[in-house]
Amino acid sequence: MSTAKDFKLSCPMPITDYPTVTLAHGGGGKLMHQLIEKMILPAFNSPLLETRHDGAVFQLGNARLAFTTDSYVVNPLFFPGGDIGSLAVNGTVNDLSMCGARPLYLSCGLILEEGLPMETLWAVVQSLKQAAEIAGVQLVTGDTKVVDRGKGDGVFINTAGVGIIEHGLTIAPSSVKDGDVVLLSGDIGRHGIAIMATREGLEFESKIESDCAPLNTAVQALISGNIGVHCLRDLTRGGLGTSLIEIAESSGLQITIDEMKIPVRDDVAGACEVLGFDPLYLANEGRMVVFVPENEAARALELLRADKHTAGAVEIGRVSGEQGGLVKMKSRIGTTRIIDMLSGEQLPRIC
Amino acid sequence: MKFSSEYRDAKAAQGYTREIRRITTRPWTIMEICGGQTHAIVKFGLDELLPKEIELVHGPGCPVCVTPLELIDKAVQIAQRSEVIFCSFGDMLRVPGSEIDLFGIKARGGDVRILYSPLDALKIAKENPTKEIVFFAVGFETTAPAHAMVVFQAKQQGIRNFSMLVSHVLVPPAMEAILSSETNRVQGFLAAGHVCAIMGYGEYVPIAARYKVPIVVTGFEPLDILQGIAMCVAQLEEGRYEVENQYTRAVPEGGNRPAQHFIKEVFQVVNRKWRGIGEIGASGLSLRPEYAEFDAELRFNLGGYTAEESPLCISGLIMQGQKKPHECSAFGEQCTPEKPLGAPMVSNEGACAAYYRYRRAEFAKTRKA
Repeated sequence: MSTAKDFKLSCPMPITDYPTVTLAHGGGGKLMHQLIEKMILPAFNSPLLETRHDGAVFQLGNARLAFTTDSYVVNPLFFPGGDIGSLAVNGTVNDLSMCGARPLYLSCGLILEEGLPMETLWAVVQSLKQAAEIAGVQLVTGDTKVVDRGKGDGVFINTAGVGIIEHGLTIAPSSVKDGDVVLLSGDIGRHGIAIMATREGLEFESKIESDCAPLNTAVQALISGNIGVHCLRDLTRGGLGTSLIEIAESSGLQITIDEMKIPVRDDVAGACEVLGFDPLYLANEGRMVVFVPENEAARALELLRADKHTAGAVEIGRVSGEQGGLVKMKSRIGTTRIIDMLSGEQLPRIC
Repeated sequence: MKFSSEYRDAKAAQGYTREIRRITTRPWTIMEICGGQTHAIVKFGLDELLPKEIELVHGPGCPVCVTPLELIDKAVQIAQRSEVIFCSFGDMLRVPGSEIDLFGIKARGGDVRILYSPLDALKIAKENPTKEIVFFAVGFETTAPAHAMVVFQAKQQGIRNFSMLVSHVLVPPAMEAILSSETNRVQGFLAAGHVCAIMGYGEYVPIAARYKVPIVVTGFEPLDILQGIAMCVAQLEEGRYEVENQYTRAVPEGGNRPAQHFIKEVFQVVNRKWRGIGEIGASGLSLRPEYAEFDAELRFNLGGYTAEESPLCISGLIMQGQKKPHECSAFGEQCTPEKPLGAPMVSNEGACAAYYRYRRAEFAKTRKA
């Protein structure tokens, strides 16, 4: 039968390499990208999915909408500067914002583990409510499921969100141009270190708080300020390094950044030294990179600095046409190195 | 003082670079011992700053890289047992064994945990009295005191559900193995600063004298390494072969005596296999007979197990300074950080992984050209 050939029942992943899912497949690094490219994209085969943006952008009637979803699994549920509730709202708000949309409505699916103290759930729900109020979005539909004790990590949350696009810009890696300026909205790495310090009981001299924050007001300020934004990307799991590589690869352009210009707080830098981490790959939950034309960079910076969640915005680099797909960093001692994507999450080293 | 940014100053780096250029009159090959130094050299592109006469070769000082395949396999065998909680430093989890790595065991349901402090293993043992807690003790002299302390405390506190899979190696015997090889190219060493912070640098004096090589105890920041290279080149140019200490802010001549005391109390010197290099006499540590009850190899009866390494991987030659990572035919092709053939491609400190992360595009360009 000729039709039988069209069915591909075999798994497209090189199954001999990874017969089971490992944590690295969700780490935001190369293995996750392989999973998306080899399994997810071909399976669903949608041009909207192919854009590999933070959300899908489409026309519905007269409106241009952005639609996104994200699941939140974090241990511990509460950490300095945030919790799973604020994360679940801000993460989805930010994904919509990165499409240039004004976030409007969110859904919320709660997967609860049997035995979770009701007080904990109440605290999470309150936090969801508060974060939604701050971001100016409404939580309009939801679902609750409970799994057996031991089958979850207290609370897992999935949120999906819809936002409206009220401008004519195409905000995507494909819009990035040779000569664009790269802006970073604040210091990096605090979320990653805050989570790890709480989870592992590591104590540092000062408390490092997560940068978890909604970025919608800052993005709206750029758009209402008539900045011709080319691309936005929030820095999540894989950190600044991974986000820039993704954009360099999708746009086919080179991005060159300057290590001296990237703000990393001293306590975060110190924690990185101790653990053998590179702040470029640490997770953030309230930071983004903004690609703008050179002649609008100064004004964009001014607008960003006026918003409290992006007050620490700085210019960190430029886009060029030299070696497409590469991210290079000028080190503080004046040499240049390539920024590569990690395989999975960073692992604390031995010594 | 922030203890790092002042050692990454561009102007000072240029100062050392100028000094190295000024004194260099002929080619020299210098090996940095420690994987942390290799990583800093490649990360900061320090070799780009050096005159072309100075060649840096990367030594065997990445504990992850030199842990023999059969020990990884033993770790895997222990970790897949249902009664075991297997504890390890993070970067050991991705090192490929003959068939699977520890991450794979975790994915199959094994209880494999990443620890930051080895003492946490004892806490886990107390909290899980019905489980067997095994700690994978990997490293050089640097991690040995902390590991010794764990076993010492386990004995004192009578913790019976704890044992240790020991894969400790020692730096000086590896340096001698490199120097006594007929194909040796190394003319001077940057010794590993943190190893010396524990052990001092008395052990290196006879090595420097016997093999007529300068040895400079060196730190890990860009300026440390550049200064270490400058001191080493100065000795080479002047025909001296002494042990000098660049890393004075961390290394006293005699090292850390209480730490040495704990190492001697718990461990004894034994022959050890090094991945890719083979067995080196008196180059490792194992538990003393008084502490044998904590030896995981004995507890799980794995003493006789052996394994063969991939014939494609030239990690041994790389770690002896005879080849560079990109000279390996498998580099970036059959061997990548996602699917490493040998350990140097796994660890952050491994020479192959460092080259892959920071240099891959250059090699791709030259290969095409």
